Amino acid sequence: MGSIKVTQLGKAYKQYPTRWARLAEWLWPFAGPRHRLHWVLRDINFEVEPGEAVGLVGANGAGKSTLLKLITGTTKASEGTVEFQGRVAALLELGMGFHPEFSGRQNVIMASQLLGLNVAEIQALMPEIEAFAEIGDAIDQPLRTYSSGMQMRLAFSVATARRPDILIVDEALSVGDAYFQHKSFERIRQFRREGTTLLIVSHDRYAIQSICDRALLLHDGALALQGKPDTVLDYYHALMADREGKTIRQEMLSSGHVQTVSGTAEAVIAAVHLLDNEGRELDVVEVGSPVVLEVQVQVQQPIEQLVLGFLIKDRFGQAMYGLNTQRTAQALESLQAGETLTFRFAFPVLLGQAHYSISLSLTSQDSHLDKNYEWRDYGLVFHVVNTTRENFVGCSWLDAQISIERPQISINSSAASQ
Amino acid sequence: MAIGMARAVWNYRGFVLGSVQREFQTRYRNSLLGAVWTILNPLSMIIVYTVIFSQLMKARLPGVDSSLAYGIYLCTGILAWGFFAEVINRSQSVFLEHANLIKRLSFPRICLPLIVVLNAGVNFAIIFSLFLGFLLVTQNFPGWAVLGVIPVLLIQIAFSIGLGISLGVLNVFFRDVGQLMAIVLQFWFWFTPIVYPLSILPKSIQSLIVLNPMAPLMTAYQGIFVYGRWPDWISLWPTALLATALCLLGMHLFRKRSGEMVDEL
Repeated sequence: MGSIKVTQLGKAYKQYPTRWARLAEWLWPFAGPRHRLHWVLRDINFEVEPGEAVGLVGANGAGKSTLLKLITGTTKASEGTVEFQGRVAALLELGMGFHPEFSGRQNVIMASQLLGLNVAEIQALMPEIEAFAEIGDAIDQPLRTYSSGMQMRLAFSVATARRPDILIVDEALSVGDAYFQHKSFERIRQFRREGTTLLIVSHDRYAIQSICDRALLLHDGALALQGKPDTVLDYYHALMADREGKTIRQEMLSSGHVQTVSGTAEAVIAAVHLLDNEGRELDVVEVGSPVVLEVQVQVQQPIEQLVLGFLIKDRFGQAMYGLNTQRTAQALESLQAGETLTFRFAFPVLLGQAHYSISLSLTSQDSHLDKNYEWRDYGLVFHVVNTTRENFVGCSWLDAQISIERPQISINSSAASQ
Repeated sequence: MAIGMARAVWNYRGFVLGSVQREFQTRYRNSLLGAVWTILNPLSMIIVYTVIFSQLMKARLPGVDSSLAYGIYLCTGILAWGFFAEVINRSQSVFLEHANLIKRLSFPRICLPLIVVLNAGVNFAIIFSLFLGFLLVTQNFPGWAVLGVIPVLLIQIAFSIGLGISLGVLNVFFRDVGQLMAIVLQFWFWFTPIVYPLSILPKSIQSLIVLNPMAPLMTAYQGIFVYGRWPDWISLWPTALLATALCLLGMHLFRKRSGEMVDEL
């Protein structure tokens, strides 16, 4: 079983003022260092237990790839240690060691040798690799005749031919077309079910939330947060919106969810309610019943333009439905400090049985990346129950009407027996 | 550490041998004659040096009667030097050439210079066997003294590996090394008795050339093939010691700098 233990890990690159400085440092090592250390990662501590799946998130340049390279041993750490038990496979760069002039089969052998396999092992795995890559007879054609999708499929098949104890994946999930993406993701899930420890870097919220037990957030070369995937992802999300380092608050709600609130607070959300037709507050909603989402907004400083948006998410954080007042051309303009606004969104709950959360955003434009007055995850949580409708599955209620045609066939039993 | 390195290489022997084989195949892929070219090329070289120099230009080695002697002398030196230069040239750039692989994949990097040496070794083995065949056919085969080639060759290989790895590591940090070595190799070739016999030089320069670590190796090869005599073992000692020192230096540099190397590529 594979486990990873990262202790006080750090990586620094040496920066020399001139090319000659390095030479001088090499020739007179006792005269002291002539370089500056540029730290890209520092004080990273975490453990991944056997069989656990951990997601790694962070903005570009936060040090995710460097961390993975340190763990796989491609790059040498400047300080700290990485210990792991079990065989590691990394899906960092697919197709390394491929040569265009050789056939797919020969390239499989080459790439596997680079992974440390011997020819007998490769021959044993070959049928499986061929079958998974689904490139058919082209396996004996030169690689240069392959489409890039075919090459990637072959590379993925080679890299995952054997189930590793630890699998490290760097956004390699997007291999080939939608069908193969699904298939490759399914293989990773399969490994996970069979006990492979997983470390995944992805920007795909769904990938992280649906497969990981835990998430780590890297920010500016340090481990900013680790915890449940949705909590970490919400925080990451808020962090992205708040690049200038505005306040981000996370608080535990009585429901056990972690509410993340961030923003510059020119306008704030004062109250959120989910109401029925008679104006009574709801937290359990019957499938198909009409509701009103009522949001009170307090304007605290003069604002040129204000857009309120809401987004209903399922427990995986997948968006079910979202809308904002910009998209309905109802953005408000020239707001004064002290104004109190009440927004009402009325809609029927055409959702399946589950619990959902509503995120709210107060922005100046369509996207919260421009100006983010307030972003609130888990602004409200509600449950959808189904006691009156047909017992359907899935997350949307499409109210299918079923009609059946069944022509009468008369079977003559005495004729059948003859 | 050295044992760990050896074990890592052993685990990756499939990759090393496979790479040697593939590099060989790549060269003649998509050609009609294929592997025949591996023979035609060196064969033409041997013929050019022997026939043209001995028969047409009537070049003679001082003190030897055989008309082929100078051709054999020349071939011996050029073949051995070719092997040496190939190892040096390829290994000084091997880490730069494989920067992509090194930066992206975790594998024992020491395999790369090993592949270079093995590749050059295969090339040399082919051309050298052709040369031996040529000597047999022309009845110039040196007899048992030919076994003396083995220790000399081992010293040469150790010398070139040690120098090659050291230069290879240095070249990653200081790209001038590659440029400089191209020039150095030119001068080095002409300061080594390959095209000319040592005896035609003035005494003062002869004593200088003895300082050249490649000179005793060349003299030994030429002694074997032209005169059929065993190498003067004592003359080989300084080069053997230097080769050991360079191997240690190369390993030291590699171990100390291989982590930093990845950052620099």
